[in-house]
Amino acid sequence: MASRIAEMFGRLSGRNERALIAYVMAGYPDYNSSMAAVRGLVRGGADLIELGFPFTDPLADGPVIQDAATASLGAGMSMESYHSMVRDIRGYADTPVVMMTYANIAYSMGYGRFASESARAGVDGFILPDMPVEESGDYTREAHRCGADTIFLVSPNTPARRIAHIAAASTGFLYMVAVYGTTGARGGVGVHTMESLRRTKEAAGDLPVGVGFGVAGPEDVKRYAEAGADGIIVGSAILRVVGESPRDDIESRVAEFTSSLKAQTIM
Amino acid sequence: MGKFGQYGGSYIPETLVPAVEELIEAYERLRADTSFQAELDGYLKQYAGRPTPLYLARNLTQKVGGAHIYLKREDLCHGGAHKINNTLGQALLARHMKKSRIIAETGAGQHGVATAMACAALDMKAAVYMGSRDVERQRLNVYRMNLLGCDVIPVESGSRTLKDAINEAIRDWITNVNDTYYLLGSAVGPHPYPVMVRDFQSVIGQEIIEQMGEPDAAVACVGGGSNAIGTFHPLAPGPTRLVGIEAGGRGIDTGLHSATLTAGRPGILHGMMSYLLQDDTGQISETHSISAGLDYPGVGPEHAHYKDMGRVEYGTATDDEVIDAFTLLCRTEGIIPALESAHALAGAVRLAADMKKSERVVVTLSGRGDKDIGIVREYGKPNS
Repeated sequence: MASRIAEMFGRLSGRNERALIAYVMAGYPDYNSSMAAVRGLVRGGADLIELGFPFTDPLADGPVIQDAATASLGAGMSMESYHSMVRDIRGYADTPVVMMTYANIAYSMGYGRFASESARAGVDGFILPDMPVEESGDYTREAHRCGADTIFLVSPNTPARRIAHIAAASTGFLYMVAVYGTTGARGGVGVHTMESLRRTKEAAGDLPVGVGFGVAGPEDVKRYAEAGADGIIVGSAILRVVGESPRDDIESRVAEFTSSLKAQTIM
Repeated sequence: MGKFGQYGGSYIPETLVPAVEELIEAYERLRADTSFQAELDGYLKQYAGRPTPLYLARNLTQKVGGAHIYLKREDLCHGGAHKINNTLGQALLARHMKKSRIIAETGAGQHGVATAMACAALDMKAAVYMGSRDVERQRLNVYRMNLLGCDVIPVESGSRTLKDAINEAIRDWITNVNDTYYLLGSAVGPHPYPVMVRDFQSVIGQEIIEQMGEPDAAVACVGGGSNAIGTFHPLAPGPTRLVGIEAGGRGIDTGLHSATLTAGRPGILHGMMSYLLQDDTGQISETHSISAGLDYPGVGPEHAHYKDMGRVEYGTATDDEVIDAFTLLCRTEGIIPALESAHALAGAVRLAADMKKSERVVVTLSGRGDKDIGIVREYGKPNS
């Protein structure tokens, strides 16, 4: 059976459309506000929701996501509330949800319990930026046993042979990091990124490629969509909208920004 | 690769994988290269002041009334700590790798100072990340780094201590991966750092063996654990009883400590699997120690392995015991130890008291205490 993520990419490619992959941090700035942010993403037309689970030491993240993680933990986010949030999303939307967190969260819980409880709540896949394929045997096996996708990352400096190796361990899609650096909206698309996207697409074969890190707004989304990315991942720019909006307006402002991004993915 | 039992490994963002592979390749090549080793030996002798003395602390021994206590005087290394053994090795390696920029993290500031010194001597540019809380409590070392021509970048995230300085250094490395060398200061992080730092610090244990043969016991303090692994690794195949002392802070039951091996459990942080201080859900705990250099929620993976194997015993010393040991060494021997090293001393005094007078225990005095005088002066006063 194809995963919800694979189905989504299949459906969009039939319509010559790219996927908008939209990130928010669960529990930022608090539980209810992050639920509102997710409703905004769904209303704005996000094709996949990347829902962050906070970790104290997010070393692949820039300041915006670091601060959101600190705030979320401060507001009491836990795996139980994360799972109840996902069950709530499943109540009104069929949008795939992937969890982005760090290896220690999964390891600490036990890969088996981490994968099965998350999958049961409705999580479709996982992104662990500090889990390279070499260390991932147990984690991947447990995730796949529950039907959850394992989304690994490649970088601008990953050689083609290694991209193919990482793609082979990935299901759902392959996450291409667009820039040298941590997460955070910078804007602008470098020449080496386009070259890296071409190489990644070639090495990934049939697996869809999502491009993220540094994507700031609609123009960046448009450039990656035109360059052949199957998905474009926007994180910090959306979180900034969440952070800057009065609580009552989070849903509508996020919806508005998300639809401006989504509009650029329809070719 | 790079495993110590189940510990170690390489849990890093993909961007760092090619950089780490390049580092492994360069280190494996230079480790076997006699001209590189000769160059490093030259710097260790002529610049860092090796070999360091092994000193029989007669007054302290008499006061304690047990085994003979020897001090391995790493505090007499250039810069005042064992850190220079590693920074010279890695800075030379970076130069061979043609990296134009060095970054490092520091807790107490000793590794930062040792990095600044090695980089000045080898004419390289360095930037050091330091938690803003550590900047506050170790101002003298910040100024020393500045004098040596090195930029100190205060880190405001998280607990604003060593762990956050490492996070920030790793983020910098991810961003500037092509021209930057990350000079990690302890036997932690992804492979090959725990192996490489241990190799560079093993000069401590090798000299101990040359100077006294195999002692009955060896004691060292453990934060990340670089001076301890450098002491223990060469002694581990022999019969010496090995004891690592962690920061017991205000007591293990108060939760205010940095005793990772004593009170932690395995997890993944800073590119390695090792024991970590963490809560039930895998979030990393805030740590406490009177000594900034031990204030870290992780520990080198080789120590984790030694603990599970039972080859090394790991215990703790509280802040109070550390201050007592600090004062004792000042009075009996005229030596002001670093607060980190005073942990080892507290453990050694306890151990020696229970040993026979004919036995010999060596303590690695990893650094000198001039940097800590302000903390000691304020200790025990209200609001300190």
